[in-house]
Amino acid sequence: MDHQALIVFFIAAVFLVGFAITFAHFIAPSSKNAQKAEAYECGIPTTGLTWLQFNVGYYLFAILFLIFDVETVFIFPWAVVFKQVGMVGFIEIIIFFFILILGLLYAWKKHALIWE
Amino acid sequence: MAFSFSIYDFTSFTQWIDKSLYAAMPPFWALIVEMVIIGIVFLGFYALLGLFLVYAERKICAFMQCRVGPNRVGPFGFIQTIADLIKLLLKELIFIKNADKILFNVAPFIVIIVSFLAIAAIPFAKGLHAMDFNIGVFYIMAVSSMGVIGVLLAGWSSNNKYSLIGAMRSGAQIVSYELSVGLSLITIVVLAGSMQLSTIVEGQRDLWFIFKGHIPAIIAFIVFLIASTAETNRGPFDLAEAESELTAGFHTEYSGIRFAFFFLAEYMNMFLVASIAATVFWGGWMPLHINGFTGFNHVMDFIPPIFWFFGKSFFIMWIMMWFKWTFPRLRIDQLLTLEWKYLLPINLVNVLLMALIVLMGWHF
Repeated sequence: MDHQALIVFFIAAVFLVGFAITFAHFIAPSSKNAQKAEAYECGIPTTGLTWLQFNVGYYLFAILFLIFDVETVFIFPWAVVFKQVGMVGFIEIIIFFFILILGLLYAWKKHALIWE
Repeated sequence: MAFSFSIYDFTSFTQWIDKSLYAAMPPFWALIVEMVIIGIVFLGFYALLGLFLVYAERKICAFMQCRVGPNRVGPFGFIQTIADLIKLLLKELIFIKNADKILFNVAPFIVIIVSFLAIAAIPFAKGLHAMDFNIGVFYIMAVSSMGVIGVLLAGWSSNNKYSLIGAMRSGAQIVSYELSVGLSLITIVVLAGSMQLSTIVEGQRDLWFIFKGHIPAIIAFIVFLIASTAETNRGPFDLAEAESELTAGFHTEYSGIRFAFFFLAEYMNMFLVASIAATVFWGGWMPLHINGFTGFNHVMDFIPPIFWFFGKSFFIMWIMMWFKWTFPRLRIDQLLTLEWKYLLPINLVNVLLMALIVLMGWHF
């Protein structure tokens, strides 16, 4: 009863949400009108498209995240075996972190970390 | 196998259920029945805990603001959240013109599935866990980081500018703080030498890791607390749903029970991070043991592990609620500066410090 449990939890969660929403469809009142289906932007009618161009800053942080998150994935196995590897592992991780911090400093220097 | 139940050790109890099921019916059906039992137990636990946490938050926030809080429905307003749930069930499910139908419907599923899957790996007491992966910490991080997809889908599909801004902010925030959560957990994985949650708990038999690892462990815990508060979109970091500027952020257009699921997921994510913090830093279900103090340890052993676990989790959740009702909300540039210029460098140095301490044997 180990990895099968994942399937159980997946099905249980889908069941919970699906059942509640279907149930609500039956018992909740429903009256349609055009005003109700408008997007709620504090009462002012929405203008133009919603899916428009967006501040590039978000993508910059997403890319930075991608780099550092992949590094985190590499550090996890190191952390598990660190006690057995000892000194060699320590020196190697210092080199690894040195390169990582260099990358962070570069992004810092290029003003990538400043929100504009 | 004879029936035995002990609140101190659930191993024999769960094994008894397992054995008697397999003795009573063919293996395939036994497995199915076992799965159904686990599913029902966790669904009940999940729903009850969610209801209780919403009540607790409202009551605690009321006391912090010198109010009484919910006090009409039931004793001390205790069934207020159940009344709220019934109300939300009876509310109309409004569907927005031009919204992306499929993604709009899928988003609450993703949010709930993710938090439900992550809770599956938490050890609640000795022998009381649904799954015990050898990569437990990593699994929880991997699964819980998928929650951002649900948030982004919800904001994107609503066809509402406020929702979109809220979702983008939330995405930038969750992915940024994910790094700090991961690195502060790595700090403890270095000390524990394992990612399996049961091994991590067992490793704290003589002393909890936050005391064992002293300085780096305490720094890691503080960073984890800040980063996980941000990751759950709570407290001073709730600018994804900043009421005063974005109405409700990414779930503005969700009504009725669909909204309730976003609400529930937020609270369950808070429970999730609090229980991870309790398990990894504060010993999980392990009572407070100090090496050498045999009498003291015996007294502590008298308190059942499940109370230790929930006591620690609720205490950490209380701290997170305290954050929320104390600090003013951050701006997005302050938020990203805090993560990238402070928490991340601190964390990187902290991992090295912990590695040095483990190497030199300077920990307790």
